[in-house]
Amino acid sequence: MGLFRKKDKKEVKPHKEIDIKREIKKAEAEKEEALWIKCTSCMELLYRKEVERNYGICPKCLYHFPISVEKRIELTFEPNSFKEFYEKLTPVDFLKFKDTKPYKTRLEELMEKMGRKDAVVCGSGKIGNIEVLSAIFDFNFMGGSLGSVVGEKITRLLEEGRRRKLPVVIFCTSGGARMQEGIMSLMQMAKVTGAIYRLKEEGVPYITVLTDPTLGGVSASIAMLGDIIIAEPKAMIGFAGPRVIKETIKEELPPFFQRAEYLFEHGMIDMIVDRKDLKQTLYKVISTILS
Amino acid sequence: MKHYLDFEMKLKPLETRLEEIKKFYDTSDPHYAKEIKSLEKKIAKLEKEIYSDLSPWQKTQLSRHLNRPRTLDYVDALFSDYFELHGDRRFKDDPAIVGGFGKFNGKTVAFVGHQKGKDIKEMAQRNFGMAHPEGYRKAMRIMDLASRWMKPIITFIDTPGAYPGVGAEERGQAEAIAASIYFMFTLNVPIVSLVIGEGGSGGALAIGVADRILMLENSIYSVISPEGCAAILWRDGTRAKQAAEALKLTAHDLYELKVIDGIVKEPFGGAHRNWKETFENTGKAIKTHLEELLTIPPHELKERRYEKFKKMGFFLEGK
Repeated sequence: MGLFRKKDKKEVKPHKEIDIKREIKKAEAEKEEALWIKCTSCMELLYRKEVERNYGICPKCLYHFPISVEKRIELTFEPNSFKEFYEKLTPVDFLKFKDTKPYKTRLEELMEKMGRKDAVVCGSGKIGNIEVLSAIFDFNFMGGSLGSVVGEKITRLLEEGRRRKLPVVIFCTSGGARMQEGIMSLMQMAKVTGAIYRLKEEGVPYITVLTDPTLGGVSASIAMLGDIIIAEPKAMIGFAGPRVIKETIKEELPPFFQRAEYLFEHGMIDMIVDRKDLKQTLYKVISTILS
Repeated sequence: MKHYLDFEMKLKPLETRLEEIKKFYDTSDPHYAKEIKSLEKKIAKLEKEIYSDLSPWQKTQLSRHLNRPRTLDYVDALFSDYFELHGDRRFKDDPAIVGGFGKFNGKTVAFVGHQKGKDIKEMAQRNFGMAHPEGYRKAMRIMDLASRWMKPIITFIDTPGAYPGVGAEERGQAEAIAASIYFMFTLNVPIVSLVIGEGGSGGALAIGVADRILMLENSIYSVISPEGCAAILWRDGTRAKQAAEALKLTAHDLYELKVIDGIVKEPFGGAHRNWKETFENTGKAIKTHLEELLTIPPHELKERRYEKFKKMGFFLEGK
């Protein structure tokens, strides 16, 4: 009887106003530690540990989740062979740029949280017995955006490649330019591209690996200039972001638009390689070019 | 059609009346002569009020002024015997980018530039100066000819940005822009770039890797449009005014930041108020820079071009 007893009307409280922003923040904070995660691509609920064990790949649809720089190094280079360069280069808020908070504060907070000074890690490492120079973007640091430090580090890396005739492999993931550095961010596109030319001029292989997402200024310089361009499955790659395009043309976008498979079909990239096979593919490609 | 920006509006009745008198009445009549004089005096006073201290947002508006001269106006005024070339030989001709060859002070040069268009019809046909990949590929084709024929290249930058559309992405917008930036580093001929209106992001830089980069006084050059910046940072496109200030996108700002090599002075009130003077100043600036560049040996040019861009950026070496 008691089970079906109607609740006293007095007990029904009016709905509390939901602060959506707070709820989202809470959910995001929880996500970090969550046992279960939702696949961005197929929306399937997945056991986090299982995804992590599986190279950060969704077992249902093979979507490749973004992985940390450390994980990327572990998956790509021989144990303990990676040596980081230029890690001390530090960004500055030269425009005194302030949006919702000052750029300076934003940088300080990120440096503290991430334990690195900007959005790219450069260094040298061994793939099998081959020494290569490599840069790995970190999307969690201001969306992997192309600020002065990122531009300078990659330029130095490319110059090192030119001097030592060592192949350069760049793992891209970026939202594009860094607005907080204004025009200087745009100029980094030219700066790194100049260095890419000087590397290629010496006949040194330049390989880019495009991971989800690679957009804007990084796509229109570092990423799309690879002698060989490799992409991870389903990675979003493009110049303009899909939201901007949708707003401009006011139409639905074609299926798989700006995904790796779409770019492959249109002749924009050389191969789509599963993360599990990436190291082996890089080894095969580089060792074949060099021998 | 004469256009007035919101902050220029006060000039409209006075200038309309002045034109009317000059057009329809006998200006030697003392009555009208007196009115003309008084009108001119009022206009001059107003001009001073309006244009003396322009904010970054006002300059942004001026850079997009509908009466501002466009690339082909400069080409027509500065080059003789010029002709346009069309098509990228791959897909189609992109009317948002124009290019060709002509004589500047008697010497042949190549020109490439964004073309926005003057009236609604031309603006639509030219996609408001927003290029597709084929536009950048046409630009590269012309610059390649210039390089093989050893002709200097003059580029005119005037675009809101590269076009964000399905076809553009499908045909490799990012690759086309990257390739054009790359290609400009390989050239052995002098390159002078002028930002004549809006220098919008990667779509502008794609034809802006030059030995000398100049900006018209009221033009802007930015990593993102103030509207776009405001929409992303504050989720509010109407705060563009604030974004224009934060981005540091005026000619003066870029000169301070050492991104550009010089500022071309505009007539008081902006290029749209006196085309002739604008062209004279621009012609002089191109001549000066080109003459200097022509004394540099070709192989050294591209070395210096790289060194120039390599210096750009602010960071600390750190401890």
